[in-house]
Amino acid sequence: MSFWNRLLDWATTAETWTAPGDGLLALLLEHLRLSGAALLLAAAIALPPAIWLAHNRRGRVVATVVANAGRAIPSFGILVLVAVLAIEQGMSTKFWPLIIALVVLGVPPIFTNAYTGITSVRADVLEAARAQGRTERQVLREVELPLGLPLLIDGLRLAAVQIVATTALGAVVGATGGLGRPIVRGFASLRGGGDVELVGASLLVALLAIAVDRGANGLTRLLVPPGVRRLQSD
Amino acid sequence: MMLRWSWIGDNVDELAIATVEHLQLTVLSVLLGLVIAVPLAVLIRRRRWLEGPISGFAGVLYTVPALAAFALLVPLLGVTSLWTPLLPLASYSLLILLRNTLTGLDSVPERLREAADGMGYRPVRRFLEVELPLALPAVVAGIRVATVTNVGLVTVTALLGRGGLGAFILDGIRRSIPFPTAIIVGTVGAILLAVALDLALLWVERAVAPWQRRGAA
Repeated sequence: MSFWNRLLDWATTAETWTAPGDGLLALLLEHLRLSGAALLLAAAIALPPAIWLAHNRRGRVVATVVANAGRAIPSFGILVLVAVLAIEQGMSTKFWPLIIALVVLGVPPIFTNAYTGITSVRADVLEAARAQGRTERQVLREVELPLGLPLLIDGLRLAAVQIVATTALGAVVGATGGLGRPIVRGFASLRGGGDVELVGASLLVALLAIAVDRGANGLTRLLVPPGVRRLQSD
Repeated sequence: MMLRWSWIGDNVDELAIATVEHLQLTVLSVLLGLVIAVPLAVLIRRRRWLEGPISGFAGVLYTVPALAAFALLVPLLGVTSLWTPLLPLASYSLLILLRNTLTGLDSVPERLREAADGMGYRPVRRFLEVELPLALPAVVAGIRVATVTNVGLVTVTALLGRGGLGAFILDGIRRSIPFPTAIIVGTVGAILLAVALDLALLWVERAVAPWQRRGAA
């Protein structure tokens, strides 16, 4: 039977999708749970300091270092390292090691984009807002955040896409990683028919990443005030 | 201490080989990305309506996770083919290279093109001797980002059974007793390689545009 026929067979078997614990639907849920938790944590860690530093126009050097470090640190290495340290401490590798690595990966793009979004608000706009008698809090809430929002959401989008991609790598270190599990298993058994699982699960991960990317675009349309959007398209 | 220095000393040769392999795949992938991105940018400059579709497609390629892209190519190209890691890595660098090349070409003032035309430059010579040199700082800035990103991604190709620094990381976890030293060596090695390449390209960025520094001084 050709590869494509086997793939079709595999994809149309109910067992493939619904097997308890190991079906694609269960793995998809696990993938979303891990990625979602990591994204929320990364945002909670990155956004407050980014917004505070940017509002006070401080920490330009910090922002540059965070951005560069975020690109240079290989997520795969961090992921494996945290997992091994957890094993040495006798901890489970199912949740926290992966989450920690994903948060390390997600913080830089969220921090950098939020920071850049707010600091790129023009000085004369801020001056006008202050001249109208707005307090610092109002300047931040009513001027800087709405104008910086498109970039801020873009940072969340970048982080989300990378986190979804790297969650799959979690399967290399243990019984975790959602849809990465059939991929890693597939790589290990290419000749034993694992190639079907490999390609099927990879397609799903790719579609998931693209859906997350598109979803963030939808979020921009939903959250960014129409006036700000018009400003940006000019 | 979890770092065994003696092991690093015993494996200096392997480490050097892995670093060279890592470097080769990184450089090759960014070069391939560049070979695709520059002509596409030139094409977009001539037919502006293509910018949306081409950037959109590059965006989708950028979004597809590297692991998934490697896996999708395995049945088509085989797990040992160089193209299996090379194509996804190159397509990953495409978006940033395309964007920066376009920005660079768009920033060339129209009057300079007219001046070149007035001096009798033909389009190819005008592109090579006027437009490209002026666009080069932006292009090299894109190459820097793409290179640093791809150094990190190349570690994942260890799952395809390739060498490179990722093989150390994988070796460290695949042993019956996990061996942090190998993982740290692979990870720190990748970071150092990324930083070294970034600094080297920063130097190139300055060298190709001496007029910029003179202007800044």
